Amino acid sequence: MSLLDRFFQKDGVALSKVISYIENQEPGYQKLLGRLYPHAGKAYKIGITGPPGAGKSTIADKISSKLAAGDKELGIIAVDPTSPFTGGALLGDRIRMQDISLLPNVFIRSMATRGSTGGLAQTTSEVTLVLDAFGKEYILIETVGVGQAELDVADLCDTTVVVLVPEFGDSVQMMKAGLMEIGDIFVVNKSDRLGAGRLLSELEMVLEIRGNQDGWGIPVVATEAVNNVGTEALLEKIIQHQSYISSHPVYEKHRKNQIRTELSRIVSRQFQELMLTRLLPSPRLESLIEEIYRGEKDPYSSGREVFSRIEVRDN
Amino acid sequence: MKRNPKSSLSVEGKPLAAGEGDLGSEVIEEKNRNFKQAHRQWEESFKGTGRKEKRKFTTVSMEEVKPLYTPLDSGEVERIGPKYVDKLGFPGQYPYTRGVHPTMYRGRIWTMRQFSGFATPRETNQRYHYLLKQGQTGLSVAFDLPTLMGYDSDHPRSKGEVGKCGVAVDSLKDMEIIFDGICLDRISTSMTINAPSSILLAMYVVVGEKQGVASEKLTGTLQNDILKEYIAQKEWIYPPEPSMRLITDIMEFCAEHVPKWNTISISGYHIREAGATAAQELAFTLADGFAYVEAGIKAGMEVDTFAPRLSYFFNAHLDLFEEIAKYRAARRIWARHMRERYKAKKEASWLLRFHTQTAGCSMTAQQPENNIVRTAFEALAGVLGGTQSLHTNSMDETLALPSEKAVTIALRSQQIISHEIGAANTIDPLAGSYYLEALTDRLEGQAERYFEEIDKRGGVLRCIEQGYFQREIADSAYRYQREIEKKERIIVGVNDYVIEGEEVEIPLLEIDERVEREQCQALKEVRQSRDNDKVKRTLAELKKAVRGNDNHMPVLLECVRSYATEGEIVEVLKSVFGEYTEPPIF
Amino acid sequence: MQKKFRILLAKPGLDGHDRGIKVVASALRDAGMEVIYTGLRQTPEMIVAASIQEDVDAIGLSILSGAHMTLFPAVLDLLKRKGAGRILVFGGGIIPEKDIEELEAMGVGKLYTPGASTREIIDYLKKTIPGRRKEEKVF
Repeated sequence: MSLLDRFFQKDGVALSKVISYIENQEPGYQKLLGRLYPHAGKAYKIGITGPPGAGKSTIADKISSKLAAGDKELGIIAVDPTSPFTGGALLGDRIRMQDISLLPNVFIRSMATRGSTGGLAQTTSEVTLVLDAFGKEYILIETVGVGQAELDVADLCDTTVVVLVPEFGDSVQMMKAGLMEIGDIFVVNKSDRLGAGRLLSELEMVLEIRGNQDGWGIPVVATEAVNNVGTEALLEKIIQHQSYISSHPVYEKHRKNQIRTELSRIVSRQFQELMLTRLLPSPRLESLIEEIYRGEKDPYSSGREVFSRIEVRDN
Repeated sequence: MKRNPKSSLSVEGKPLAAGEGDLGSEVIEEKNRNFKQAHRQWEESFKGTGRKEKRKFTTVSMEEVKPLYTPLDSGEVERIGPKYVDKLGFPGQYPYTRGVHPTMYRGRIWTMRQFSGFATPRETNQRYHYLLKQGQTGLSVAFDLPTLMGYDSDHPRSKGEVGKCGVAVDSLKDMEIIFDGICLDRISTSMTINAPSSILLAMYVVVGEKQGVASEKLTGTLQNDILKEYIAQKEWIYPPEPSMRLITDIMEFCAEHVPKWNTISISGYHIREAGATAAQELAFTLADGFAYVEAGIKAGMEVDTFAPRLSYFFNAHLDLFEEIAKYRAARRIWARHMRERYKAKKEASWLLRFHTQTAGCSMTAQQPENNIVRTAFEALAGVLGGTQSLHTNSMDETLALPSEKAVTIALRSQQIISHEIGAANTIDPLAGSYYLEALTDRLEGQAERYFEEIDKRGGVLRCIEQGYFQREIADSAYRYQREIEKKERIIVGVNDYVIEGEEVEIPLLEIDERVEREQCQALKEVRQSRDNDKVKRTLAELKKAVRGNDNHMPVLLECVRSYATEGEIVEVLKSVFGEYTEPPIF
Repeated sequence: MQKKFRILLAKPGLDGHDRGIKVVASALRDAGMEVIYTGLRQTPEMIVAASIQEDVDAIGLSILSGAHMTLFPAVLDLLKRKGAGRILVFGGGIIPEKDIEELEAMGVGKLYTPGASTREIIDYLKKTIPGRRKEEKVF
């Protein structure tokens, strides 16, 4: 039996092998994705993002165990950074997901960014598709959380939850990171901490200025995820957002945006591949570098020259 | 000035250095009233507590050794004075750098306390009777992992672990067997137990009750140091905050009902084993100590009611001088913080008394006999640093549980240090060494900087939650390992002086499957023979008590009396407190 | 793209001594591998479920409590039953030579005792893993 056959028979081992196949971008992985695509499109995608130490994994764990208890099929993707120096990665998010690690309807996969910036791994979007095609009804995606701008998650997900904690309650910092723009729901975790009240009211003020987004008033939920306090309310808000977005005309816009992003990502990846396989190893590149170094050429016109040649060849 | 060259205690009698003679005495007289006063005070206290026995304090060449040497003995008059008194002082005097007792080992040798316990309660009881017959006066109980983690022996998680690293205890019944025929008013018992410590203490108190020994008469130590569990040893059950509440309950209960009990043994040992440097061990352990003090004060207790019952437990690693300096710095830091910062008034609150164990992590599986040598040097560091009690590891512990022979050699190492090499003849013999004093100052400074950092981060509990300690320790551990792998640091038999195709030829101890079967059977019998309605009732009471703010010890005693098992009690506490998961830190 | 080595590291049983496993985790990361660390007190069921979901090449277990003769066989057995017998199981801890031989005969990979270098472990994985990977018919 082929891997794909076993996949469609709901074999968990096959699911994880298919994910690896995609993640490693093995030859023909696009074809495989094409085969899976018609089976996908039903899953609801929830993104969880926020600064390091905000409690994203714990929140994912608690939300998931509630969803799983309601017999929902669940997929979780937890992203951690790849070291740019060694290419290795330490993926430790499962430590926080012990409550759900043995449930038959929950599938957790850790992904290393493998060079991608923006908070997700290179193929997180594709792996989401795989889980979707496998029949997962909810997919939770937890971003890297290294504190940089991690905005890709909003493009991928239907509901984006931004988790903040009083310790990191510097609102200027949040604005800079662009987090304020992407959240459909905000969470103030560790709300028993000093400064939680201030953060809550600051957030509410900022969101008020932003105003209603197409009829969705962005809520702020206070939680102490470790003690499972407020997580029920958070899940309610997520479900509310789900029913709001799926009935609202804005959904079509949102979906088309997702498709647009997806398409441009696929194309740009092909460009990148082209660059890596054809352009960078070319001897002409070496001689160009040499000429620029000697001051005979400038890098800008050289860049145009290189690019125009690819364009011609591949059009 | 009266001269008495015969007395080994006299300052004035000792010529300062060649050519200085009496002139030196006058200089001292003038400039160093403080020093002289302190010295005289020490002399008095030394005489007061000195011991009469036939042990001779002479070198191997039969030369007399004084109990204490000071800058006067080396002729360094410039090093005496108020500065000496403030920084070093005399043994038994603030800030106790040179030792907590005026006599130290001239009065009494440290306690050689080897930690033991294995298999079933019956087998451990037999071992204890044997040890007591050999003249041992204290017991040190090692529990197995299920007991340490609050699981009964028949819990699925206990499979393969029952009786392996220590003795299995499920209910009061087991503790009755362990101490069968041993009068609890005649021995002191140290129990290495942390997350479920109040349960084991309650069992011990009830065993005493049944023997007719009032709790006021019980002596012993509970390790009960949960903070270092989150930092290093990782045998936790509940989250930090409720765990701290259980500890302050114990402190309060003991202050009233078990006044001679050492309530917490604040442990750097495990922090060091996890890979910390000497400075990190020192700083994080003392920071834990301060956190307990603060918790006690916050719970409404007077600092002097519980602080004298706090003791310490340090590691003795390979670097002889750094370790000695660490113990000296620890005493000085604790005394100062307790007196200045926490305003303790009783001297007993200022004294840092400590137990030492040699470093398990310094031992190698290769050429295991070499571990005997390592352990002996480490033990020497503990002694030269003024430890109150000492455990020496057995050479085979990187391979298995220690065998009888290996344990005996470990104990012999302590006896050789105490009787043969002269290290116990004089108090704090390395004081005044330029190197050692510089190390002591350096470690103290490093510790103070860590205290500032910990405060800045919001205290010990916040640091645990942020993984601060864990990350600092993991970094040090990784750095150390890389040094070894790059051969910047040589470990004999591991990365140099290797014997190819080495065969290990030491006998190993095995614990068989029988232990688990027997223990589970015994547990089943307890569950059948007890009054199960009463168990349910007392457990329900316990749940009510821990939900509120009342001290949980009185109801816990009721649970234990009804033969509720450790696992059942822990389940109740978990249902109220929840369980802890650590932040992922590498 | 070159296939990354994916290694799951876990501590089964009740002991909490994680110094060794964390040093190994850091060393494997620095050798370019993706390390999934699932933490302390993992049951064989949890370890096997995670290993399958993560599609790892190898599982490294650290056991210092003496329960190795119970835990290693339990993990091997479960892997086989779940159709993941291809995953290499190796480990470390305080394990007597006699037990190492017995476990290796059961199909456990290399077992390391205190003093082992991370270099040895990395070399072993690099040498052993490629041969255990299986090409599958995808479509």
